[in-house]
Amino acid sequence: MTASVLQSIRSTTLESPSPPRFLAGEKVPKADEGAELAQDFVSARTPNEQTMTESKISVRNFDFFYGASKVLHGISLEIPAQKVTALIGPSGCGKSTFIRSINRMNDIIPEARATGAIMIDGQDVYGGDTDVVELRRKVGMVFQKSNPFPKSIYENVAYGLKIGGMRNKRQLDEIIERSLTRAALWHEVKDRLHASAMALSGGQQQRLCIARALAVDPEIVLMDEPASALDPLATSKIEELIYELKDNYTIVIVTHNMQQAARVSDRTAFFMLGKLIEYADTNAIFMNPKEKMTEDYVTGRFG
Amino acid sequence: MRRSSDDRSFRLGTGAFAALVLLLVLGIAFELTRQSMLSIAKFGLKFWTTSTWNPVSGDFGALPFIWGTLYSSILALLIATPIALGIAIFISELSPRLLRQPLAYLTDLLAAIPSIVYGLWGVFVLVPFVRKLEVATPDALKKIPLFNGPPLGVGMLAAALILAVMVIPFTSSVAREILKNVPSTQREAAYALGATRWEAIKVAIGFGKSGIIGAVMLGFGRALGETIAVTMVIGNSPQVTASLFKPQYTMAAVIANEFTEAADELYLHALIEIGLLLFIITVAVNIISRLLIWSMKRRVVAPIAAPIVPAEEALA
Amino acid sequence: MTANLRRRKLFSRVFEVLCALAVVVALIPLAMILFYVIKEGAGALNWDFFTKMPKPVGETGGGMANAIVGTLILIGIAALFAIPVGGICGVHLAEYPETKFSSAVRFAADVLNGVPSIVVGIFAYGLVVLPVKRFSALAGGVALGFLMVPIVVRTTEELLRLVPGGLREGALALGATRSRAVFSVIVPAALPGILTGILVALARVAGETAPLLFTALGNRFWSTSLTQPIASLTVQVYTYAQSPYDDWHRQAWAGAFLLVMIILTLSIAARLAVRRLERMNRP
Repeated sequence: MTASVLQSIRSTTLESPSPPRFLAGEKVPKADEGAELAQDFVSARTPNEQTMTESKISVRNFDFFYGASKVLHGISLEIPAQKVTALIGPSGCGKSTFIRSINRMNDIIPEARATGAIMIDGQDVYGGDTDVVELRRKVGMVFQKSNPFPKSIYENVAYGLKIGGMRNKRQLDEIIERSLTRAALWHEVKDRLHASAMALSGGQQQRLCIARALAVDPEIVLMDEPASALDPLATSKIEELIYELKDNYTIVIVTHNMQQAARVSDRTAFFMLGKLIEYADTNAIFMNPKEKMTEDYVTGRFG
Repeated sequence: MRRSSDDRSFRLGTGAFAALVLLLVLGIAFELTRQSMLSIAKFGLKFWTTSTWNPVSGDFGALPFIWGTLYSSILALLIATPIALGIAIFISELSPRLLRQPLAYLTDLLAAIPSIVYGLWGVFVLVPFVRKLEVATPDALKKIPLFNGPPLGVGMLAAALILAVMVIPFTSSVAREILKNVPSTQREAAYALGATRWEAIKVAIGFGKSGIIGAVMLGFGRALGETIAVTMVIGNSPQVTASLFKPQYTMAAVIANEFTEAADELYLHALIEIGLLLFIITVAVNIISRLLIWSMKRRVVAPIAAPIVPAEEALA
Repeated sequence: MTANLRRRKLFSRVFEVLCALAVVVALIPLAMILFYVIKEGAGALNWDFFTKMPKPVGETGGGMANAIVGTLILIGIAALFAIPVGGICGVHLAEYPETKFSSAVRFAADVLNGVPSIVVGIFAYGLVVLPVKRFSALAGGVALGFLMVPIVVRTTEELLRLVPGGLREGALALGATRSRAVFSVIVPAALPGILTGILVALARVAGETAPLLFTALGNRFWSTSLTQPIASLTVQVYTYAQSPYDDWHRQAWAGAFLLVMIILTLSIAARLAVRRLERMNRP
């Protein structure tokens, strides 16, 4: 896949691909200038240099096992704050296991075991003094298949707040409206907040799940193939949403869809067979991959 | 051509046998109604609301039996439901994987023990124990109608306890099945929002609510119709009382005890009418509970049937 | 950690412990029943129990030979019609699982399974006893058979569904007709499981007492006639348990022990058979 093809995907599918790859203070180019400029940027700098300023999650030599089988091998990477980081790779490459390790969702699976460290703001997720319940409030998650509770829309978004002990009705209303607005769902559901969430369309359900995750005010949002079960229109809505959310949240997204990674992410990590093969700015991964394997994968030679 | 005609006759042939099952249910309803006509005609609705039971004068009212059946079953349900649900939750959500199968097997075993064995154990072990309990009850407590009555051992308390034990395996095995059917994505959603284990389990229970109510009702149906074990420990004395200590009587027990003694037709028809009501109640309870369980399972199956991307390595 | 979170976690922990406790609470009566049945029953079980007739009231000794034979005859009659009817019905449900008719039959079988056995006993009484005005082994067997049908239906259906789909397709692809495919390939594959399932169903109805009270009635004497009242283990235990004689109590426990042992053995066998079938089904 050449750079220009990639750029055309970016600009056609996404309405306003305000390119994120600029340092503070630089002039942000208009959409139509993006193509050439991005090209210049990629060639002008080494991939890893720009976003390393502020790291939100830092992973060090992380291994993961299910019983006797090792599914992640010595993963090390820095995930920047307030950016979108995409994890790509063929099925079974470990990307899902990895993202689920960040908020320790894998704890639920018996015989799962981790070594190494995942640090969030300098605190080890797997450290003895980390409380997993608190961790998960800080690290929200959206799943591949939308999984609303069979309750009203309102109750879905309120769930995390209520188990956290919030009872104040006005406060709840306020946060629910804000969360639904941020998830770009408010206008569609504001008149039927107490209708069942199960009646929403697939895309709406997924945005509801995002609103539900946002309601507890996480710092990081993990998304495990959030659009893989949706039609193209719903997908593009979710993608727009991801793009907007990064102003406030650090986002990590697993996707099997390379165009999607290219469209929404700032940084991309390519996984294969449980190893991190390459990690760089998204442009670099897609236009100028260093590893042969990465190139083969992003150009669709295998997958 | 030959093949399709063979398929047809195969389908019809086996279908005829299947139809026998439907026929059996209808046959029971028909036969029981037919054999209780005398009593239905003579007493009408009064049969269900009066308490005289006098075979000599030919006066029959079934209220005490209905009372005893409902009271013992509801008490049993109150005891059995929390335990049965606790078991279901423990086995499907909390127990180490290795223990799961054996525990499920052991609790199911409670359902396999014959009623007569429960009864035997009830008479020789449980009843003496209950008697001790009743004797030890302080007099102050005995003033409350609930604990009023002679310390016989046999009575409502013994019946409710034994029924509770007998009902537990039915409720817990269905509830276990229901919890197994709750998609794990529901629990994951809760965990990802910072739920504790119990909070995540509550979400799973909420998802399976209708099925779990069905499981409880199924247990209720069992309790209503249980005969021998209850007959052996309830004391068989027809009275409408809230006392746990006093002997009472159930619909199934009176049929078991008096059926062969029923000398005249009216007496027999009165007993069969009790059987008819028992049939109607248990069928209704079973239908409702099956529908609840079924509606829950259908809700789960629907999203699974939709195409989803092959599961990630977490399942590998 | 906030106080609120600490409270929630404590609550969760307490709840988990309560659930574990529920398991223990339920296993106590199980253990107690098994303990008493073994303690009181195993000792009372001797050769006489199997070979001797009941002694007249007041005399000690004797056995339940007539009741053991009676129970065998009763479940024999039950099996004779419940197995074909239930089995073929199960085949139909497994072969045409999605039709409205099948759903109705399945539903009826489940509901029938929940109908109290004493009610089924009344039905058999009306059907077999009343017309000839005599309690009989036949009536008891019919009552047990009715109780057995829904169990056989559901067991057969479930086990047939465990048979790998490839087997059926293979047979059909070779040009076999449906009935041939079913009876020469699919049913034989599930047969060990179905047979043990049927044995469990037999054990379960052999443990029934209530429906026999006014169909087979009971008999203190030797009888193998189908048209006469006949003794059964359960009714005998029931009668003995309510008697004032210690020796009869002893024999009642022995009878209970025998029943429990039969049921335990068969349910373990069934479990192993199902597990084997499931393993076969795994890719």
